[in-house]
Amino acid sequence: MTGPAVLELHDVVRVHGEGETAVRALRGVSFTAHAGELVAVMGPSGSGKSTLLTLAGGLDTPTEGRVVVEGTDLDGLGVGGRARFRRTSIGYVFQDFNLIPALTAAENVSLPRELDGERTGVARRLAREVLDQVGIGDLADRFPDQMSGGQQQRVAIARAVVGERRLILADEPTGALDTETGEDILRLLRGRCDAGAAGVLVTHEARHAAWADRVVFLRDGVIVDESGTDHADSLLTESFP
Amino acid sequence: MSIKHAMLALLSERAGPMYGYQLRAEFERRTGATWPVNVGQVYTTLARLERDGLVADAGTDAEGHAVYALTDAGREEVGAWFTTPVPRTQPPRDELAIKLALAVTIPGVDVGTIIQRQRAATMTALQDYTRLKRADDPRPQVQRDDTGVLAFSLVLDSLVFAAEAEIRWLDHCEARLRRAALERREQGTAEAPDARQAGHDVRERAR
Repeated sequence: MTGPAVLELHDVVRVHGEGETAVRALRGVSFTAHAGELVAVMGPSGSGKSTLLTLAGGLDTPTEGRVVVEGTDLDGLGVGGRARFRRTSIGYVFQDFNLIPALTAAENVSLPRELDGERTGVARRLAREVLDQVGIGDLADRFPDQMSGGQQQRVAIARAVVGERRLILADEPTGALDTETGEDILRLLRGRCDAGAAGVLVTHEARHAAWADRVVFLRDGVIVDESGTDHADSLLTESFP
Repeated sequence: MSIKHAMLALLSERAGPMYGYQLRAEFERRTGATWPVNVGQVYTTLARLERDGLVADAGTDAEGHAVYALTDAGREEVGAWFTTPVPRTQPPRDELAIKLALAVTIPGVDVGTIIQRQRAATMTALQDYTRLKRADDPRPQVQRDDTGVLAFSLVLDSLVFAAEAEIRWLDHCEARLRRAALERREQGTAEAPDARQAGHDVRERAR
């Protein structure tokens, strides 16, 4: 038993370029991430895993097939609609954090809400709440360069989950961190999924992928294996009574 | 590893002598159920250690358990065990490495499938270890004070790193086999068509 599907990829094909030099980055990938579930996508460089995440996040559109997030077909939204949808429904976490250096932790987290027209006071309060939840409430007024890598990644995760967003897409989120700090970040990501979000973690490290409920192996743009057990029912009872 | 040295080390840890069940409990507090030891093995080991003069019968405790204490020779043996690196000169027999070495040389064996199945199985084990880590460490700052918990979590980490290394090695094997098949295929285009076909098969399988 799993929660409702948050991300669905249906026979997704992505071809970069045309004719002789065309590169088929994804060659018919179908996969689903449910609420309360963390799915890892593993593969060597060039396997298509980053393309998959870019498509799932609405930053790119498939050549064929459909990408559906919370029941909405991203292709049907158009460019502006997709940008808006991304801000409200999809959280991204990157290897190099991608925080805005001139903004404090709280401002970084509240920015997407403010861009959506939320009042600054409300957005900031919400940001502080989420920073508290990820364990760095006391650092809300610090700037990124006054924080360690692990702390910056916590800010990035807070930014990814603030508001109603239930899809977290993480691209090698522990790549720049040491083993123990990286593990704390995975624990946190895992906790957000246990609390009801759907997570997709792209990584080339098996140790990190092992935090997921399911691991999907990508080779040359196709899924070659899948491993993992069914999501534990006990995790769902709280979030989806 | 021998449980002999583990038992000696445990006896050296505490002031008082210990009996068999206690030794087993102390061993498992540190290693979980990773390498289960039955109490029969513990008593057999203690008998052998007594014969070799490394432990001595220390009478019975208040509840009537036969307890054992470390001798000076035993203490020396533990010291030497801790300060000598575990020998790496002869790697332990690795069934997976042997299986792949045979699979790549015996015609008609689908190496790609062997790799894929093993990788999925090892990944499932790795997920299990990670789940144990998650369960065992909800409040790290409290639990890290308990040396038994710390010891077990280090044992888990060891299993995690070993499984990870195996998956990396499988990825590496897969990549090398695919490259070899491609090279064979390129050479084969000018040669016999069946060589070409063989290269193609391996490539297909490796996917």
